[in-house]
Formats: sequence, C-alpha cells, structure tokens
Amino acid sequence: MDLELDEQATRFREEVRSWLAENVPRTPLASFDTAEGFAQHRDWEARLAEARLSVVAWPREFGGRGASLLEWVLFEEEYYAAGAPGRVSQNGIFMLAPTLFSHGTEEQRLRILPPMARGEQVWAQAWSEPEAGSDIAALRSTATRTEGGWLLSGQKTWSSRATFADRAFGLFRSDPDSERHRGLTYLMFDLRAEGVRVRPIPQLDGEPGFAEIFLDEVFVPDEDVLGEPGEGWRVAMTTANNERGLSLRSPGRFLAAADRLTGLWREVGDPADTALASRVADAWIGARAYQLYTFGTVTRLREGGSLGPESSVNKLFWSRLDLELHETALDLLGPEGELRAERRWVDGWLFALAGPIYGGTDQIQRNTVAERLLGLPRGER
Amino acid sequence: MRFALSTEHKDFAASIGDFLSDVDTAAAARGWAAGEQGPGLRVWRGLAGIGVTGLLVPERFDGLGADAVGLVVAFERLGYHAVPGPWVDTAAVLPMLLEDELLAGVASGETIASIALPPHVPYALDADVAEARIAVAGTRLRAFTPGRPLTSVDPCRRLFEVREGEVLGTAVDPPLAFDTGVLATAAQLLGAGQWLLDAAVDYACRRRQYGREIGRYQAVKHLLADVVTRLELARPLLHAAAIAVRDGAPSRARDVSAAKVAAGEAAALAARTGLQVHGAIGYTAEHELGLRLTKVRALVAAWGTQGLHRRRVLDAVTGTAA
Repeated sequence: MDLELDEQATRFREEVRSWLAENVPRTPLASFDTAEGFAQHRDWEARLAEARLSVVAWPREFGGRGASLLEWVLFEEEYYAAGAPGRVSQNGIFMLAPTLFSHGTEEQRLRILPPMARGEQVWAQAWSEPEAGSDIAALRSTATRTEGGWLLSGQKTWSSRATFADRAFGLFRSDPDSERHRGLTYLMFDLRAEGVRVRPIPQLDGEPGFAEIFLDEVFVPDEDVLGEPGEGWRVAMTTANNERGLSLRSPGRFLAAADRLTGLWREVGDPADTALASRVADAWIGARAYQLYTFGTVTRLREGGSLGPESSVNKLFWSRLDLELHETALDLLGPEGELRAERRWVDGWLFALAGPIYGGTDQIQRNTVAERLLGLPRGER
Repeated sequence: MRFALSTEHKDFAASIGDFLSDVDTAAAARGWAAGEQGPGLRVWRGLAGIGVTGLLVPERFDGLGADAVGLVVAFERLGYHAVPGPWVDTAAVLPMLLEDELLAGVASGETIASIALPPHVPYALDADVAEARIAVAGTRLRAFTPGRPLTSVDPCRRLFEVREGEVLGTAVDPPLAFDTGVLATAAQLLGAGQWLLDAAVDYACRRRQYGREIGRYQAVKHLLADVVTRLELARPLLHAAAIAVRDGAPSRARDVSAAKVAAGEAAALAARTGLQVHGAIGYTAEHELGLRLTKVRALVAAWGTQGLHRRRVLDAVTGTAA
C-alpha cells in the first residue's frame, strides 16, 4: 500500500502544472452564465484543447491524450489548485461523452466529441421536467416517430447552461403506452432548432444558470438517437454510473477550497476562537479524506472493480463538505461574509447550496446507500 | 500509487477476525471489567499466537518486524470485537519506546505493558494486569506503581493514577510512540464504529414495528447511510496515516491526528445512531452494543482529545506548528 506516484504520472503532473501556471488568465473570467462570460469560456476551452488538456482521459482521436484515471484526478487537482476557470463544457464532457463512449456509434463519436473537446459545441443537460425531478422515470416529454427521425414535444426544466449552449441531451417517452423506465429514448437536439424555446431562469445569484426548454414538434434526425430507441433508461444509467462522470467528482475542487480556507484562517483567524478553528480543521480533514477516498477508488477501478453505490457515498460526503467549507469561510470573514465583493467565497457558497439537490438529491443518495450498500429492505417512499 | 490493502493484509485481518469470532470476546470483556481477567488473557495469548503483539517488535526480539499498516489492520479488528486489555500500550507504543529483551516478552504474549505519557495520556490502563509499567517524562522512562484506581465510562478500561518511581533509561522516540498510540486508537475507533453500524443494520433488517422491518423506513435508512459515509471516508485517512508513520513522513503528526479526529467522529456517530436504531434494548448492559458505546466515548478522549488533534492538524496546514 502506498501513495507514491510513478514517474509517468509525476511527469504528467509537472507538465500540467507548468502549463496552467503560464496560461490561467490573471483576471478571472466573467461568469459563464452571462453572454460575455460564455464567450470567454469558449475561448478558454479552445486554449485548453490546443494543449490537449481539455479532455485528458479521452482517446487521442477525439482530442484527448488517453490519460489514466489517476492522471485525470491529478489533472483536476492541478486545475483547481491553479484557480483555473470553471468548465462551461462540463455537462457534455462528464455526462454526454461517457454515454457516447459506451453506446454511441463511431459516426456519432467522430461528429460530436471533437467539437465538444474544443468548446465549439457546448452542451446542456435536459434531464428534469416539471413533474419529474428526482424521479426521472416520471417524465412526460414525448418523441414521436416521423419520416427519418423523431418529433420532440414537451417541457424540460432546470437545464444547466441551456441559456447560451448550442445543443442538449435528454430522455423522451417514445412509446406513448409505456410507463416509468420503459419506452424511453435518449436523444440529442439543437437548442436553436425550429420549435425550441428556451426561457432562462435566474438562479440565486441572479444569473441564468439554468433554463426551461419548451419543445413543440422539434425534428431530430435518427442519427441523433443515442443507443436503441426505447432503451433510453439503460443508456442514461451509464451516464449516471460512469466513473468519469459526476459520480467520481474530482477532489481537486475541495482540496483547493480547503487550502484557500486554511490560508484565510492564517490571515484573519482568531486563535482564541476554538469553535471556528475546529471547523477549519474539519474542512481540511474532510477534503483530504475525500482525496484519499478517491485514490482508493482509482486503485479499485484500475484493478477491475466497478463503481456501484459507493458513488452515492461520494456524493453524500462532498455535498456536505462543500457547504461546510464555504460556510466556515464566510463565518471567518465576519461582517464581510455577506458582501458579494468576496466573490470567490460567496459565489462558492451559492454553488455549494445546490450540491445536495442536483445529480440526485442527498435523500435519494441515502436510499441508494442504505438499500444497495447496506442491504436494507426496499420500502415505500 | 496503489492505495489499497494488500492481499496479505486482508488475509491477516481475516485470520484475526476468524479467531475473535470463535472466542467469546463479549464474555472476556465483561470478565475483564469485573476483575476476572482469565478469559481476556487467553484471548491475549491467542492473538499473540497469530502475531498481533509482535507486529512492531523487531525480528531480533522474535517479533514480526511489520509496519504501521499491519498495525492498523490488526487494531481495527481488535476494536471491532471490543477486545479488552492495554493493547495500544503494549503492541503499538512500547516497541517505539525501547529496544531491549522486554520486547521478546511482548512478542510472545507474556509481557503486558501499561504506559503513561502525560499530559495527553495521564492515566495508566490496566496497570494491575501489566507487569511492565512505564511512564514517559520527556525523553526519560520511569517505572511507576499504580495509584488510586479510577473508573472509566468504559468498565473494560481499568484506569489508575500514576506514581512515578525509578528512572529506567532513555526513550527511543517519544513523539513517534505517541503518534503510534494515536494511530492504533484511531484504528480501534474505526473498528468499533464498523461493528456498531453492522449491528444496527442487522437489527434494522429483523426488528419489526407497525407491521414491517424498521429498515424499510426512510428515517432509519438515512441515519445509517450517514454513518457508513462517515466511516468509509475515515478509513482512507487511517491508512494514509499508517503509511506516514511507516515512512517517517514529515506529515506524520498531521496525518495521525486527522485520522483520530475522523475515526472518532465517525465512531461517535455510529454509536449514537446504533443506540437510536436499537432503542431501549441497546441501552441495557445486557446487550453487546453497550460494550462499544462506552468504549467509543472513552477512546475519543484517550490518546489526545479531538481538540488537541484538530489543533495539530490546523497548526500543520497553516504552518504555525511549534
């Protein structure tokens, strides 16, 4: 048992570190939930792609460099430690791309992945519907067969990035007589196609981080069906379980935030305030625990294991850690803790608030952990 | 990097677990608490037979010459089965304090030690059973005699005040001895927490209320999901701390302290939750739950409080360490 990196991983980390040191913009980019910031982030994605650092774990032919899972984790650590911009492409890279790798055709991969890697085509996710939030299987939007493709109708909501993105992906009910998980089809569609209306929804920070999408007989060609029609649920589950998706959330983000927090403590912390001192220590311990847990997962996956309900353990841990970390920082800032001028911590806190809600609420995750990991009996909700 | 236990370590844990499942550790623990140490000492010698007491003892004194990773693997099992006795003192701490023939007795299971290491370890555990009674004062080792007996919240921990006596010699590495004691205690906490979770899950699957198993209720599920999350995320901290102790890493103090804080918090949550899931039956002295409930509370305070360890972490990460 050890934590030492081999030569190749060390070299890779050094390369990433020095590239980021030279290239991370000195002034932070505007929020990618504004038109101006979105454009800036597209440029940043292109710059990353030029250095083959936008999708390190993908095969070369699609713009990656075939990095190992460990190297991906190291990349992410360096990325966050360098204070590099948030990834406007992350819905595509972490949710759609893994599904394309598992279920897409070669034509789809070659057509969709390289522009995604370069930030030319930015994807929004379209999972939730007004009546189907955590319970995705309750969705009602339909896909109806037509000549050479499908007609999509219905409404999606809480669609992250949809306000400025190019395309979206989601599940549609393709068999009108079906129920729940059956009769669903995984489809990709153009957000600027005829029949699509996007209504931006301002989030707590006032910016349109998500949107509602109204679809009225929007035509989608057959080539944009992912997997077999009617098999959408099975296809989507790959996305949910993929180790490079959100289920294996990079520890880099929390480590970087924990380091900033301990830095803040050194600057403004009152050593006599033992309660706050304890929370700072706990935040650092939590981030370190999460990093080590991820190293353990990486080892297990490399040795042929798979990610199961452990990814729910992951989510439960980091969603709480992220909130506690940011709340501690705001408390440490004292009266300034309410000021939007403290952008990094205040924005970080606003974002952390969403953690226990998106990607499966913490309550759903607890059910998964209890039933699938601990073996407790299934029950009514 | 390969951050996972080796097959050898897993097999070692399994052999300890098999042995302890076959002997009645609950009876041994209750006997120990009542001052009848015979069954506990039989368990001690049995574990010595599989190498647990000699893990950190160098081979020249007939020990295994193993390292801290093996130590946490073993101590997690000891905590799981609530094995009584001054295990931390004898198997984890003493081999870091001296290098002499006494260690051969430790390895064989004949020598039992009780160690005081003030200010954080002021009371001597099981000093009435131990024949090697050593107090660490700075870099000096002194013999002590057990003074007034003290009553721990965990009846299996028989504590005594320390009356220091003659100087025995110079300690090899007191800071390492302390950190190794902290590490072994953290491992015991994690093991006890895991037992508390397993017991609560088992009970929740069997106990029926309002016509169904209580484990079907979300309220119960969510409590237990939080416990497993805390335990799972404490374990890698424990393993990383063991690596730091093994390798003499500069981050050693920080890492063992982080492990103790996380294992202590996880075990405390497992204890509270385990009791809540069991209800009144868990509050009785007849149920095995109590053996761990009180032990967890005692171990959280032993070998440095959570406050001390959080301070050590914070000092290390902000570069303000003395």
